Amino acid sequence: MKKIVITLIPLAIFVGLLTLLFLNMGYHNETVPSPLIGKPVPAFELPQLYEKGTLTEQDFLGEPWLLNVWGSWCPNCLYEHPVVTDLAQSGQLKVVGLNWKDEFENADAWLKRLGNPYDTILVDYKGNVAIDFGVYGAPESFLIDANGIIVHKIVGELTPDNVQNEILPKLAQLK
Amino acid sequence: MRLFFIIISLITSGHVNAIEVYDFKNEQQRELYQELTEELRCLVCQNQNLADSDADLAKDLKDQVAEFVINGQDKDTILAYMVQRYGDFVTYNPPLNPSTFFLWFSPFMVLLLGAVILIYNIRKKQK
Repeated sequence: MKKIVITLIPLAIFVGLLTLLFLNMGYHNETVPSPLIGKPVPAFELPQLYEKGTLTEQDFLGEPWLLNVWGSWCPNCLYEHPVVTDLAQSGQLKVVGLNWKDEFENADAWLKRLGNPYDTILVDYKGNVAIDFGVYGAPESFLIDANGIIVHKIVGELTPDNVQNEILPKLAQLK
Repeated sequence: MRLFFIIISLITSGHVNAIEVYDFKNEQQRELYQELTEELRCLVCQNQNLADSDADLAKDLKDQVAEFVINGQDKDTILAYMVQRYGDFVTYNPPLNPSTFFLWFSPFMVLLLGAVILIYNIRKKQK
């Protein structure tokens, strides 16, 4: 009897491991938790897509805002565009675009075709500021409070679901 | 035979061209750059390091690392820069802290378990 139990141990470990790995398949995602949550927005000075002059993080103090990282080359930005538009039009917070590693002509054509939901669009042509924000793919969105503290980050596209259950509740807490 | 050499030289020349060219000031800088890009994870293709990755962001991060190295920054400063932005996940050599205890010590636990089983079996045979 004892022998049978001992020989069954490796099998039990194997099955246990298999179960763990299988369960993890459902939960696993490639989202890297941002170390910037709760910290001030990294300092930047960026040109704008349509207006002259540069803006810095200081220009956005005073009200909560959403920084949405996008590019005309990014397929999922196309997918989230209606959601970004709805959120911006709802007037609940200022939505700012960060046009990441994009050519002006392409970005302009993209916005003309789909509509421009943004309050203003910052241009990060070289991608340095995106690195400071810890961006590793587009789209990404950062919810920033009136004092310039990063409150929340969404990696991947905004959806009606994460706007309703993450962005808006976090925004409500800020007010 | 001549054709063979031409083909070989074509293949190898392409390979040499694929290596990024940075103007390092000395061999130590080149080595530091190699070391760092092997230790840093590409966040786009998460099971590759920066050195192996050809993703756009990986190129940007490699440029950034090279720039720091050329400007004479040390290894710890450059790693801290990356960890501040992307978290511990960015390094393949994660720091020892409560959230990584299991990662660091689980292999030793398995080793210990193996040792216990081994000793148990040896003792049993000796009886």
